[in-house]
Order: sequence, then C-alpha cells, then structure tokens
Amino acid sequence: MTPHLSITDQPIDIAAALAAVQTDAAGAVNSFIGTVRNQSGGRPVRRLHYESYDSMALTQLGHVVAQAYEKWPMLQEVAVVHRKGTLALGDVAVVVAVATPHRAESFAACQFIIDTLKQVVTIWKREEYEDGTEWVAAHP
Amino acid sequence: MSLKVALFGITREIVGTSVIELPAPAPATVGELLAEMRRQYPALGDLRSCAVAVNNEYAPNDQALHTVDEIALIPPVAGG
Repeated sequence: MTPHLSITDQPIDIAAALAAVQTDAAGAVNSFIGTVRNQSGGRPVRRLHYESYDSMALTQLGHVVAQAYEKWPMLQEVAVVHRKGTLALGDVAVVVAVATPHRAESFAACQFIIDTLKQVVTIWKREEYEDGTEWVAAHP
Repeated sequence: MSLKVALFGITREIVGTSVIELPAPAPATVGELLAEMRRQYPALGDLRSCAVAVNNEYAPNDQALHTVDEIALIPPVAGG
C-alpha cells in the first residue's frame, strides 16, 4: 500500500493514476482532478506557472497521506500527481485518487488529502493575466 | 559557520536568487534567520507568512541551524 506520489513537468495521465489505486480489496475509487480555470477573482487568467520544492513537497505529501491512513485505516491505495511548470487553461494541475472498500470513506479521504495538500505541500502558483502576473496567496 | 538558504516562488523574486549564502557568523536558529532575512529584505515582511524548512520539514523558531542542514524559506504555498 505504498502511495504513488509524484510531481511532474509532463501532462498528467489521469487514467494511469486511477489504475494505480485499483485493487480487488476496494469497492470504491474516488478522485479529485484540479484544472486550470480561466479567471481568478474575476480577473481573466491566461496561464499558470507552478514552482515546486520537490524533495520537501514529496516529504510533506507523504505526511498527508500517512495522516489519511491513520484517519481511515480501511484506506487501500492512494495516488497523488501534481504538475509543475507552465500550464494552459484546462490543463490538469493535480490528481488525487484513493481506493477504499466503501464509498463514504473514499469521498472523505480524497477531500482530506486535497485540502491538506493545499495547506502544506511546497508548491507555488503564479497566475499570468493580460496585464501582469501574481504569486497566488503570497500577500494578505 | 555559514548557511545556504534555498528560495522559492516570491521569496526567490524578492531576494533575486534561488540560493543565498549567509556568511559567518550566520543566524543560529530559525527565528534568527527569519529576523536577519527580513532585515536584509524588508519585502519579506509583507508576505502573508514565511516559514523556514530544515531538511524538508517545517521548523519552529527555536530550532538550531547547522551548516549541513538543507534550509529553505517557505512563502505561502498554493498547490492544487
């Protein structure tokens, strides 16, 4: 049940992430797919740039998944793939996939992992607008 | 003792390099490092937060720093 965690500068293969968590012990596979939206706070977004501190991001991601295994001991398999580099509108930025015996825990564990990832994993997002760029969440 | 500090995202842009070397006598703790970085680069103080990582883990202010440590400033993260 080693989690499949990666940070990549290549397009994310959603089907591969889903296949990675499938197991005969699980009756539920749940996934979250984050994509690049065309606006932020009403401001049109042209593209995104993700920067990652890879070694720490993978360490922290490992902690997040370990917490999920503690909270949901029935959790079977987990895959998290995060993209870095320059992304166009509609590109997949992150995929979280989990497999559990029943569906309720699959929703909860998947949400916990993406919500906690956003708080602790060392990845930064710079939004590019028609008239400039901004590091998301950097300033109050 | 000198320290190397890795910089990412907006902290890299504020400081203007991806690694800064603080010559001896370098800050002895995480808290001293933050204070010294904010003194040299006041714009760091405008960030919503700025944490320090030591060897890939978030580090508290009283943690001691060593030359062999992998140290990084961590501005507000925004993955997902």
